[in-house]
Amino acid sequence: MSHVVSPIREKLVTGGKSYSDVTHDICKQVEGEPTKEWKWAFGISTLVFIYGAYCLFYTWWQGIGVWGLNKTVGWAWDITNFVWWVGIGHAGTLISAVLLLFRQKWRTSINRSAEAMTIFAVLCAASFILAHMGRPWLAHWALPLPNAFGSLWVNFNSPLVWDVFAISTYLSVSLLFWYMGLVPDLATIRDRATTKGRKFWYGLFSLGWTGSSKTWARYEYMSLILAGISTPLVLSVHTIVSMDFATSVIPGWHTTIFPPYFVAGAIFSGFAMVQTLLLITRVVFKLEDYITIEHIEMMNIVITVTGSVVGIAYLTEFFIAWYSGVEYESYAFINRATGPYWWAYWMMMTCNVISPQLFWSKAIRTNLMVSFFLSIVVNVGMWFERFVIIVTSLHRDYLPSSWAMFSPTMYDIGDYIFSFGLFFTLFFLFAKYLPVVNMAEVKSVMKGVSSNFPEKKKATKKTEE
Amino acid sequence: MSSTTNYILGVYDDEDEVLHAVSEVKSKGIKIEDVFTPFPIHGLDRAVGHERTRLPIAAFLFGVLGLTCALSLISYTMVFDWPMIIGGKDFFALPNWIPVSFEGTVLFTAFGLVITFCISNNLYPGNQPDILDLRITDDKFVMAINVDKNKKVSADDIKKALKDSGAIEVNVK
Repeated sequence: MSHVVSPIREKLVTGGKSYSDVTHDICKQVEGEPTKEWKWAFGISTLVFIYGAYCLFYTWWQGIGVWGLNKTVGWAWDITNFVWWVGIGHAGTLISAVLLLFRQKWRTSINRSAEAMTIFAVLCAASFILAHMGRPWLAHWALPLPNAFGSLWVNFNSPLVWDVFAISTYLSVSLLFWYMGLVPDLATIRDRATTKGRKFWYGLFSLGWTGSSKTWARYEYMSLILAGISTPLVLSVHTIVSMDFATSVIPGWHTTIFPPYFVAGAIFSGFAMVQTLLLITRVVFKLEDYITIEHIEMMNIVITVTGSVVGIAYLTEFFIAWYSGVEYESYAFINRATGPYWWAYWMMMTCNVISPQLFWSKAIRTNLMVSFFLSIVVNVGMWFERFVIIVTSLHRDYLPSSWAMFSPTMYDIGDYIFSFGLFFTLFFLFAKYLPVVNMAEVKSVMKGVSSNFPEKKKATKKTEE
Repeated sequence: MSSTTNYILGVYDDEDEVLHAVSEVKSKGIKIEDVFTPFPIHGLDRAVGHERTRLPIAAFLFGVLGLTCALSLISYTMVFDWPMIIGGKDFFALPNWIPVSFEGTVLFTAFGLVITFCISNNLYPGNQPDILDLRITDDKFVMAINVDKNKKVSADDIKKALKDSGAIEVNVK
């Protein structure tokens, strides 16, 4: 038997689907004309993208003086947005790699879109990295390339250089993992293609896939190894992001708790973003039989667990600030909660610590509207978390004469809007032109877990023997 | 596969059945060329008689290569070519190099592995494979038997063996 599944497990695919139903349901939106909803959504996101692109262009053209930064607060929305998007990206790898290693079969219907989300989120994050350099055309200076200065090399002891390597490796490996996962499904579309264009493009990118047992066996090994290396990779990425702060000497930043705390926060916000997108996708593309309430509930459980880890991290930070006896450290934290940015701190506390605790109730975590609302609340909270860490730690400098506040300009906001435009434009393109559910993987977990799956075959087989 | 080869194809519509059928057909002395499926079936490759893949070894070697390249680059730039005192640290500051060496290892492993996979399975953009049955990537499991490699068994016997093992269709291509 290929699968041994406990009878008490919930069905992963409902509605009594057969293999060809899966193919049909998933290929439908790739093969059909774009729907009116899709056109509207794509049109709006493109407009947002164009407006954001103008703001980003202006930022690049004029320099980062157009942002609201001052000499005290030198990092604000740029790095907040960067960390936020990178964190969101982590969920895709978590779902496809970690859940693959743990043999969690429910991942199969959501991993494709979660991985796509990872790639788009990392691209958004990269846009802030480039922009915050001020002179983005010199971005290659962050790479160890021979140059006319000596060669003067990059400093491999610096977390900022580690970050360059971490993010670029993460982006390219995620892209590779996602693409290799797509190949068998692209072959499915190629074999069903009725138009010349589709036959050509999907044929080109499916690399001549035949589905031979030998290829599949190697494919399984390859996926397993990619998952095995992606798991420490994804943990390393946010660890290194946290080290951008943790290796500094700024009170509120240089805490040893940062790596695990950032990783938990990343999973937390990433799962929330996947939840938001899935709840929309399942309705728009009528995938309720593939992305079931069971999936939504599982995601909400992960959100609660990681949200609680994040909550404990907040409290630990506070406790250590007091217990260390370092007055700068204590001040940084008391100022966060009661200083001029108290509203941001309590926004973060409410959204990240209190709201996910609602999911302890089964009625709430299986309610679609509430899940959707809370998934957005979580990401609002996670944005504020990064804002609080970055801006409140900086705005009270050592000298009171240097104390300052940060207020965003339209270009701070516009560049953030750009990332949303980019993210959603890419996501809608993906949802239209590529299969949003991994058909091959879903088919491989259906037997024994799909209700009404034809059982008669096995019965006749036995009587023959 | 060239189109001049003669194949007899057994089409199945159930993953467990095709797995059974492989051993059943093999027990009749028929050599199976390959089985084509819409999704991976565990144990099918071994049942058909393919050897265990050596991809993990390749992946490991690419990882070692990546680690070596990363460490060589870092130590060349930081220790030999242009040593600089940074925060009073040693020039040879191995613990600080862990992140970049790790990323290098992962990068080389991933790309080396995927490229090796594609080469070993003859997968490349623009490859137009000779597809035996268009339903393979949908919901059918196809056992391909090369007639030329089965001189001892007559074509009719092969067809019969496929039918007996549960094939819903037997086609010739």
